[in-house]
Amino acid sequence: MNELAQTVEQVVGIPFVAVFTIFVLAIFVGYYVVWSVTPALHTPLMAVTNAVSSIIIVGAMLQTITFDGEITLTTILGAIAVLLASINIFGGFAVTDRMLDMFKKKK
Amino acid sequence: MDNFADYADWIYLLGAVLFVLTLRGLSSPKTAVAGNRYGMFGMALAVIATFFVAPSPALALIFAAMVIGAGIGIYRARTVPMTQMPETVAMMHSLVGMAAVLIAVAAVLNPNQNFTAVFRFELFIGCFVGAITFTASVIAWGKLSAKLAAKPLKGAWVKPTQAILFLAMLGFGADYFITDSLQSFLIMTAIALIFGYFWIAPIGGGDMPVVVSLLNSLSGWAAAGIGFTLSNSMLIIAGALVGSSGAILSYIMCKAMNRSLLNVLFGGFGSSSDTGSTSDEHIEKNYRSGSAEDAAFMMSNASSVVIVPGYGLAQARAQNAVKELTTALKAQGVSVRYAIHPVAGRMPGHMNVLLAEADVPYDDVCEMDEINSDFGATDVVLVIGANDVVNPAAKDDPSSPIYGMPILEANRARTIMVIKRSMSPGYAGLDNSLFYMDKTMMIFGDAKKVLEDMLKAVSGSGH
Repeated sequence: MNELAQTVEQVVGIPFVAVFTIFVLAIFVGYYVVWSVTPALHTPLMAVTNAVSSIIIVGAMLQTITFDGEITLTTILGAIAVLLASINIFGGFAVTDRMLDMFKKKK
Repeated sequence: MDNFADYADWIYLLGAVLFVLTLRGLSSPKTAVAGNRYGMFGMALAVIATFFVAPSPALALIFAAMVIGAGIGIYRARTVPMTQMPETVAMMHSLVGMAAVLIAVAAVLNPNQNFTAVFRFELFIGCFVGAITFTASVIAWGKLSAKLAAKPLKGAWVKPTQAILFLAMLGFGADYFITDSLQSFLIMTAIALIFGYFWIAPIGGGDMPVVVSLLNSLSGWAAAGIGFTLSNSMLIIAGALVGSSGAILSYIMCKAMNRSLLNVLFGGFGSSSDTGSTSDEHIEKNYRSGSAEDAAFMMSNASSVVIVPGYGLAQARAQNAVKELTTALKAQGVSVRYAIHPVAGRMPGHMNVLLAEADVPYDDVCEMDEINSDFGATDVVLVIGANDVVNPAAKDDPSSPIYGMPILEANRARTIMVIKRSMSPGYAGLDNSLFYMDKTMMIFGDAKKVLEDMLKAVSGSGH
């Protein structure tokens, strides 16, 4: 474990425990915030969390790169991942908006 | 551009805060729309920042992929019927899973990547979680949209197969971790894909609400896994938020069905020991049936009516009919509310969305805990296409398979009316003693037709 932690520190310059701390605290934030979500909006919650988890588009974009101007298999796979994540991001936020609109009208 | 990476982290932090606010907004329909906008804004910021961080991005490809993706996503979001939300969400989970796999494979093939041990470990985690999410979601999608049989895959060989696949997946993963072999990585991914199938196929269609929630959680953990490989705090935070959100929804669904998660995943509901209470099914029992007009007359003379909708309501496309009946009753001074059981639809909160689509006011729709104490003082309960969620056996009959499941206590109302196609039992295959009570009136027929007849009778009597 120590060796592992040291390797991360060398690569990213951040102690592994710091990254992991963020992860653990975020789980707690998620836990308390999600319990406050009204059950009537659980379906929009699922749709919007889908869009949110498509933040992996960041990872996909970082692979959609050229290597000395060349497009490689990595570039192509990255681009497909960007495509899939985009469907989810645009679709997820749009369908959530559509659902929330139904709850809003005729208040 | 080197220092920009420092600024980018600040932007990612802002994005993560906006994502927290997105979920926070959903605590009320009033703040939810703004919350959703925060989410869009956070996502846009993150994507723009990434353009500056990426070394030599293939801009044309990225833009093309985004434009096509946006087109497909927005088209689907505009056109999908609300009854099909569960399968749509399942499909979206599968896309997150597939994207995670593609990113991991792309990273493995990336010549610029520095493959440290910990990087390989994180890639392995992100990739296998993503792969399982992908195939499992595709199966869930198939079952929810009735493109695959809802029946669980059965057989003594199923569990050993699951175990062997899982161990093999871990084995090849470990081999990749130690030897950095591309081949092992790809075999591991392939096995994870197959495992996803064998994981969900043995689970019946009725348990899909739990499965969809669980896959929601899993797609979040996959995103967090990718976040670790990039040591990008925004991905880690977003993944953790989604992961805990899905976990909470799975917990709520399990609790509403009085089952443990392990029981759903490995129990095989309805496949095994539904013993007990089915034995007295052969005994002829008496029930009272009535016409829509009789029911309408009683409802317009009542002072309070509670409607208990089940998925049968949506199957009959009767949401608008029920809404119109409500309006007509309210015009005559009857108080009308809706009681929603957490598993009333095909996914958490599904029934609420279906009613909202039909313009039923949000304030008239009550959750189980809010309304259960009011049933005793309710004149008429109208049960439409629901069965197990109002079965008193869950409270009084310890031998019943659903004993302990929280129910809507419709049996405590003064009069109960049930719209149902026939006397056939519900999805759990159980008889419902509510239907045989003296104060219960059964109205047989298609929900939409019956509700329209009721509406005619109610508006007729009012003028």
